[in-house]
Amino acid sequence: MEILMSIIAGFLFMVGTYLVLSKNMIRIIIGTGFISHGSHLLLLTMAGLKTGAPPLLGLQASTYTDPLPQALILTAIVISFGVTAFFLVLGYKAYKVTGTDNTDGLRGPDLHD
Amino acid sequence: MFTALHFAIIMPFIAAILVPFLYKQFARIHTGWFVLIVPVLLFIYFIQYIPLTANGQTVTSVFNWVPSLNLNFIAYVDGLGLLFALLITGIGSLVVLYSIYYLSKEKEALNNFYVFLLMFMGAMLGVVLSDNLIVLYTFWEITSLSSFLLISYWYEREQSRYGALKSLLITVIGGFAMLVGFVLVYKMTGTFSIQEIVASAETITGHPLFLPAMLLILLGAFTKSAQFPFHIWLPDAMEAPTPVSAYLHSATMVKAGIYLVARLSPIFAVKGEWLWLVAGFGIVTLFWGSFTAVRQTDLKGILAYSTISQLGMILSMLGVGAAALHFDSIDNNLYIGATTAALFHLINHATFKGSLFMMVGIVDHETGTRDIRYLGGLMTIMPITFTVAVIGSFSMAGLPPFNGFLSKEMFFTSMVQITNLGMFNIETFGVLFPVIAWIASVFTFIYSMIIVFKTFAGNMHPGLVRANIHEAPLGMLISPIVLISLVVIFGFFPNILAHSIIEPAMASILPSLLGGNEQFYVNIRFWHGFSTELYMTIGVVVIGLLLFMSLRKWAGIYRLFPESLSFNRLYDQLLVTTENVSTILTSWYMKGSVRQYLMYIMVFFTLILTVVLFGKGAFTVNTTNLAPISIYEAVLAASLVIAALLTMFASTRLKAVIGLGATGYIVSLFFVIFRAPDLALTQLTIETVSVALFLLCFYHLPEITKGAKKVRFQPGNFIISLAVGVTITLIAISASSSKLFDSISSFFSEASHDLAGGDNMVNVILVDFRGFDTLFEILVLGIAAMGIYTMIRLRITGRNRP
Repeated sequence: MEILMSIIAGFLFMVGTYLVLSKNMIRIIIGTGFISHGSHLLLLTMAGLKTGAPPLLGLQASTYTDPLPQALILTAIVISFGVTAFFLVLGYKAYKVTGTDNTDGLRGPDLHD
Repeated sequence: MFTALHFAIIMPFIAAILVPFLYKQFARIHTGWFVLIVPVLLFIYFIQYIPLTANGQTVTSVFNWVPSLNLNFIAYVDGLGLLFALLITGIGSLVVLYSIYYLSKEKEALNNFYVFLLMFMGAMLGVVLSDNLIVLYTFWEITSLSSFLLISYWYEREQSRYGALKSLLITVIGGFAMLVGFVLVYKMTGTFSIQEIVASAETITGHPLFLPAMLLILLGAFTKSAQFPFHIWLPDAMEAPTPVSAYLHSATMVKAGIYLVARLSPIFAVKGEWLWLVAGFGIVTLFWGSFTAVRQTDLKGILAYSTISQLGMILSMLGVGAAALHFDSIDNNLYIGATTAALFHLINHATFKGSLFMMVGIVDHETGTRDIRYLGGLMTIMPITFTVAVIGSFSMAGLPPFNGFLSKEMFFTSMVQITNLGMFNIETFGVLFPVIAWIASVFTFIYSMIIVFKTFAGNMHPGLVRANIHEAPLGMLISPIVLISLVVIFGFFPNILAHSIIEPAMASILPSLLGGNEQFYVNIRFWHGFSTELYMTIGVVVIGLLLFMSLRKWAGIYRLFPESLSFNRLYDQLLVTTENVSTILTSWYMKGSVRQYLMYIMVFFTLILTVVLFGKGAFTVNTTNLAPISIYEAVLAASLVIAALLTMFASTRLKAVIGLGATGYIVSLFFVIFRAPDLALTQLTIETVSVALFLLCFYHLPEITKGAKKVRFQPGNFIISLAVGVTITLIAISASSSKLFDSISSFFSEASHDLAGGDNMVNVILVDFRGFDTLFEILVLGIAAMGIYTMIRLRITGRNRP
């Protein structure tokens, strides 16, 4: 299972990187979403999978799944959501101002000339 | 302790602070008069040290600066330091006096001028009177800086700025090399104090860092003293006002390198390389400077190259003087004579070159030009200036009865004697020294004659600019007359310097030759008898006169050296090339495309991680403790891959958003399977909101395939992203395969209920055990919300992009 999940995480990173490397702003933002999914799964995988009950003490289980990575991922999800939302509006605004969603069209003035 | 000596060294700096106030307050009095007090007082103060050093004593006073780093301002007065201090303050006084008449108080920014000049004077005193190498370096750089400021005094002129930049670049590069050399010396000896280093000189001779330190320090000395091929800044520094040229670029700053060589001789001269480098570079500079001086048409240009040449001469004598150390006894040691000659000529050069520069300044001031092609016939109009020029030039050419003759004779003596020295292949190459020295002296004679006769003899050039040319005001003439009197006095009575100044200075340069209470005995004689040197001088005069008469016939040889091969051209080319290459280099990789930079980052990240992973043998696969794969996970994994691929190749934005949403929901299902209920909840909610946001935004954004262009598969991007994915997978596998120690989670399961009073461990961690994370995560969300609000409300109006 861990190996499968490692491959899945790597796959999500691959898709994310491929999208981020494109020139279209929408695809770049979507790519960041894939990369954050990949890293969340990675965090979970590296702590070990299915080692016990859900981390709720009321279940009276003998072993529980590690709660720490879950807390970390929860924080990460919220932060990546905030960043994605900001990023989206930024892309929207950039499109409104510059009239393009191609990153090559978003160059500033050439300072060398 | 801060002594009077320290105060004397920094007194010019203190005076420099006061100058602008005096300039504003007493606008009717030339600021130079106030400034003049400083060098005169200092000169009188330093004269008091003569009896002390003449008896072989030295004065050391320490002022703690940064004692923990061995950086202390150690003022040290010995013969060598005093000689330079007297030159600096003495000629400084004369130059300030001259500048009062040279610079108009109405037209010039005198406050700037005197601040820079005083800064320079203080720095120069600091260089020659510091015993600590780092303090010496500090003052050394202040001389470079103030020289830069003085050269560009008329900053509205292009040439001034060019010359200032050039001199700064060259001297600072040398200064930096010197600093590295000093640090190497510190590494070898553990002290920055020159006297302590000299005391342990024997022990460091065989050290592997000895030679690098020597080369680096010599580089500093050679650049400062305008030695070949670093001499190119000096002629361009002639854009400075003439008092500056007279002071900095003939009498004092350019001798800082010579001071350094002399000061460090006791440390480095025991090695033969020192002799070869110092004497070799000196003699080449001597020749090249005198050879090039003849072709100049600008009087200051001639004097600049002449300075270069004379500095080379002094340096070569110091180098030859190092040979004295290879003989143990002071008796019958012929090579001591070379050091004597170097010091004597150092003084002589300061006197005649200073007066010649002032003479040129007067000519320039009165006629409006310095070009010898337009000058002539000033002999009867400016008789005093003419006298100064004659005495100065004849002394420079080495003619009796002036002091230049004596030092030139001594120079020839040492050059002839070096051929008798039996070391380092001196038998084969050594013969070059007297030959080059003689040829250079011929050229020196020629340009000295040019200075006098092209300027003052013959007829007035009809194109000469001004109508009523007359003798300079008396005030302007005082300084050159004083200097020229010294030329004559030292010529007739050289021994007034011998015991008081030169002997103690020699004791500083060659301390190891003196035992106990011994002292050097210097006696400069006018008449040597019919020796080789005398015939050489006669030859110089005869051949020089013949060549001067026939100057027009052979001047064509200068055209054999094309301008494009000159060192100036090389320097200019070097600057331009450096700039171009760095521009090309930068625009080659800084393309301004985000995609490009991301690629660099990704490639670097992949490379560094895989190399470390496999290089350190960190990759492991451990299949013992794996969780089993059930059918649910297999199906979820397969659908995740499909959803991701759909997004990757989506040609419309809707497909891409749906693909991302599907991926998010599958991830939340994974969270369910992996027993993370809170994560699943959050993921579901957030994914829903995200997709809604995406859709909301996309309503306003254009289609991905705008202009009906298909999203093409990019193999390059794919290879990079594949590498990233594979790297992540490999790292993930080896990370989950190697558990080095147990998790701390047992604490949370034990303490959640008892300490925090909660059963949901994840929530307890978020709000209790690690509540700070949550606090700032809330802050992140808040900032994002405010940012979004601002961005939407913000209207950029009326401001165009630059």
